[in-house]
Amino acid sequence: MNIYIKRKIINKLMCGAAFFSALLTLAPLISIFGYVISKGITSVNFDFFTHLPMPVGEHGGGMSNAIVGTLILIGLSCLWAIPLGVFGGVYLAEFGNNKFAAAVRFSADVLNGIPSIVIGIFAYTVFVLPMKSFSAISGAFALGIIMVPTIMRATEEMLRMVPFALREAALALGVSQSRMIVSIVLKTALPGILTGILLAIARIAGETAPLLFTAFGNRFWPQGLNQPIAALPLQIFNYAISPYDDWHRQAWAGALVLILMVFLISLLTRFVIKPKYRRKEMIWKQK
Amino acid sequence: MEAEIKVSNLYAYFGSICALRGINISIKEKVVTAVIGPSGCGKSTFIRCINRLHEVVPEAKLSGEVLLGGKDIYSADADPILIRRKIGMVFQRPNPFPALSIYDNVAAGLKLNGIKRKNDLDGIVERSLKMSALWGEVKDKLNASGVSLSGGQQQRLCIARALAVAPEVILFDEPCSALDPISTGKIEELLFQLKKNYTIIIVTHNMQQAARVSDYTAFFLLGELVEFDKTQDIFTKPKDNRTEDYITGRFG
Repeated sequence: MNIYIKRKIINKLMCGAAFFSALLTLAPLISIFGYVISKGITSVNFDFFTHLPMPVGEHGGGMSNAIVGTLILIGLSCLWAIPLGVFGGVYLAEFGNNKFAAAVRFSADVLNGIPSIVIGIFAYTVFVLPMKSFSAISGAFALGIIMVPTIMRATEEMLRMVPFALREAALALGVSQSRMIVSIVLKTALPGILTGILLAIARIAGETAPLLFTAFGNRFWPQGLNQPIAALPLQIFNYAISPYDDWHRQAWAGALVLILMVFLISLLTRFVIKPKYRRKEMIWKQK
Repeated sequence: MEAEIKVSNLYAYFGSICALRGINISIKEKVVTAVIGPSGCGKSTFIRCINRLHEVVPEAKLSGEVLLGGKDIYSADADPILIRRKIGMVFQRPNPFPALSIYDNVAAGLKLNGIKRKNDLDGIVERSLKMSALWGEVKDKLNASGVSLSGGQQQRLCIARALAVAPEVILFDEPCSALDPISTGKIEELLFQLKKNYTIIIVTHNMQQAARVSDYTAFFLLGELVEFDKTQDIFTKPKDNRTEDYITGRFG
């Protein structure tokens, strides 16, 4: 056979295989979305967002407390995990040419791989036991531990992508190193760091295991940060393993709302903290 | 003779590699001094020692004296940040700040050092852009990104950025090596204008460029200063054989 024709056939086959694989990876995502929407959409109504859960046997009710609870938990986690992660990332990228930084990097990667339930147990021992109560704080502590390594490594990677030439340019203008890091390096890397933070938020928004023995769940409105608090994933879990059809439908609705919430958070953040110039312009052409 | 630069016995190292070996040179103010020599001869390292940028490279060390207007910039009480404000630098590749607008790029050196008064900044930005012959091309889009400009415009933006902090000396590290001939011509014209007010040191690979733009030329080879004289003399009657070999293209 002509070698050119043979090459063309192999080319077609390989392209087809690559396309098919891409399609396959997309399939679970689309089917999950479709399934959750079809199952959940019928139970999502106004009451779902405004009402507390009803007692067993009574129809209706909603998950408003769990929605608020999840938002509170995310907010509390961000409050300590974002500053810690970003500052840690700055240290690793800008001053991290030593053994200590290598150790931090390694432990962050290990921490990233620790099952979230283990982190939940840890938060239980250091927070819940001494306080003698499940609480929102302990939940946020557990979730934050999951966020920190992700944010720290993302920040470090993004800062490292800022070319050395920009740092030199700032220094050559007689700018101090601290100003240079804040106003030039961090500013240039901001869109990437934000993406890292969003990924971390999206991840913890759906975490259930670490909340099982920290935030614990609650069928009423949040009563304070040192009290058990409701969270969507917990509520979904509890409702899904219950024997009641009505609760199953509510669990589907909760799953749909959770997905939409994560989607909304990332959309909002992108909109509010919009980089001044589009990414295409930001790409550094040299080096 | 305020911006006169006197370098004596300057040694510079990268780790254990010695990049400069005992440089002694005295650079006059308000003239253009070109630094030529083959790749890796220490030209760039030399000018980076003058604004204390050499030391930001990890493992870089140096010894010797660099006097600016009679004061040693490496003395214990010399603040590298203040020195770099007096000695601006333009790099080989245009490096405007991608996250900043054209206006903010020019104003960066001032803004980042706490000068925020809009009136002052407006004047300085306009003056700097006019001096770098870029004002006409960007005056209607000062809020566009600095990296939306062409390479030659970006380099002139970087020159404006250096001018805005009102330095006495400007170092150019092969400023035209990434530019096309027309942009190169513009930058060279600019050098003529700038030397009225600034002391200029330019590293270049291009000997024709050195001959065109400079009053004095220093020839470096293997980390040593081989010859330093008026440009005309260097190119017409070099005293050292190695200089002659280099400028006639026998090596390098």
